[in-house]
Amino acid sequence: MALDKEDVIKIAHLARLQVADSEVEATTERLSSILGLIEQLQAAPTDGVEPMAHPTDAVQRLREDVVTETNHREEYQQIAPATEEGLYLVPKVIE
Amino acid sequence: MHTKTLKALSDALSAGELSSQELTQHFLDRIKQHDPGVNSFITVTEEQALAQAKAADEQRAAGNATALTGVPIAHKDIFCTQGVKTSCASKMLDNFIAPYNATVVEKMNDAGIVTLGKTNMDEFAMGSSNETSFYGPVKNPWSTDHVPGGSSGGSAAAVAARLAPAATGTDTGGSIRQPASLCGITGLKPTYGRVSRWGMIAFASSLDQAGPMTQTAEDAALLMNAMAGFDPKDSTSTDIEVPDYTADLNQPLNGLRIGLPKQFFEDGLDAEVGKVVQEAIALYEKLGATLVDIELPNTHLSIPAYYVVAPAEASSNLSRFDGVRFGYRCKDPADLEDLYKRSRGEGFGEEVKRRIMIGTYALSAGYYDAYYLKAQKVRRLIKNDFDEAFKSVDVIMGPTSPNAGFKLGEKASDPVSMYLSDIYTISVNMAGLPGISIPAGLSNRLPVGLQIIGNYFDEARLLNVAHRYQQETDWHAQVPAAFA
Repeated sequence: MALDKEDVIKIAHLARLQVADSEVEATTERLSSILGLIEQLQAAPTDGVEPMAHPTDAVQRLREDVVTETNHREEYQQIAPATEEGLYLVPKVIE
Repeated sequence: MHTKTLKALSDALSAGELSSQELTQHFLDRIKQHDPGVNSFITVTEEQALAQAKAADEQRAAGNATALTGVPIAHKDIFCTQGVKTSCASKMLDNFIAPYNATVVEKMNDAGIVTLGKTNMDEFAMGSSNETSFYGPVKNPWSTDHVPGGSSGGSAAAVAARLAPAATGTDTGGSIRQPASLCGITGLKPTYGRVSRWGMIAFASSLDQAGPMTQTAEDAALLMNAMAGFDPKDSTSTDIEVPDYTADLNQPLNGLRIGLPKQFFEDGLDAEVGKVVQEAIALYEKLGATLVDIELPNTHLSIPAYYVVAPAEASSNLSRFDGVRFGYRCKDPADLEDLYKRSRGEGFGEEVKRRIMIGTYALSAGYYDAYYLKAQKVRRLIKNDFDEAFKSVDVIMGPTSPNAGFKLGEKASDPVSMYLSDIYTISVNMAGLPGISIPAGLSNRLPVGLQIIGNYFDEARLLNVAHRYQQETDWHAQVPAAFA
């Protein structure tokens, strides 16, 4: 399936990726060629086939509901772009 | 000293013939001298390495060493290493100092292994040529105008150039086996769930698996003994016993049934590569194995299914890179959306952005059934093919890669042609099986790998089958002339 430029702008927005206007055309072309490759799937007969999520069909392990994590806030915030009083800072969201 | 295997170095350390400090210094010197022409390292941790080596020598002197205490290796820069930059070869993580160790790193530290540094790779492990790295491409030590393969290209090149005796890698669609093949080394991708993924920066969580990259199968067995095992911190880790992978290396191969999938020897396989692989298989016949023709009829669907599953999971995994908690943040964001979009737009490279967008599209409202669910069903068909084959064979053999490597830049502008070069490795990830690539010859002076695929958790047999071949041949011991 071929995408058009509008599709690419929409996908980039959903993925929160800035794509410069000058790159939209080339991106459209390349994504379309990848989707062309993926389209081959549609011809595969898969009626009644169980989707495979895990190679050995393992299920989620459960553990005791107890605290296992210790507090790492200070170490983890040392590598953050901007913090204040233990909080991560972002541009103003609420006016 | 640098051409010795990990096993030989381990023996020399045990015999007191050399110290870990001498050994580590020797490899650090080699990296300094030779790596500028190869670019296989992103970070060299000289100070830490020498401190670890000193501690290892003390442990040996005190008599409480493991087989691997004091041997130096390198880690792919996808594994978190506490206090050391862990970039995943991306501008996004160029400033990221990992606050903890990956389980693999922790286990290897516990075994007394010395870390020389962090190796170059394709950005976020997305690529087959190591050309998508933010830190520039890695050169193939056998021919510096050729790619080393990817995504674990730095690890493969470092081992091939004997800048490290061994390295760790990760394999989502062939990222250990294909660069091992192109660089003439041994690379094992274990069964999905065998080695912990905790602290390994996630690309496609249902496919990613870590493994050793070494000169020999014996060395890979030694490293697997240190790497493998259940980890409660990885929700998909498998809780089954870890065997001693060195125990059965010398088992004879009489009666071994080798499956040869018709689909691995058809159009698209380079004739020279095909010849090298056939010669290797003929040697196995001499060693007592029997050959069985098999079919893996859905092989052609593995690449299209992979390019839905892997990008979909990547688009989800990479949503964590948002410029808020760690990693790259754009300058002067106007608002929150601008912060997200420019941090990600500026921080990620082209290939990573392409895959995020493909994954986002495949998972977007109205397309999930047609893409992700369909791909998961096809994945089941691929697995069923292998299950059927393993009813009548013990291992499956074929080429690792359709060509003996390509030139830098040759496929860089055509992502789809790059994707197609992973045709023989991707189906193994889709099924979750273990696979190994071992050097089997040269084509136009470039290495060619033989791929051996095993049943679930049958790594010991793969290593045995690979080791017996390496007892009869010396391809694994060949070093590119400039690095001998």
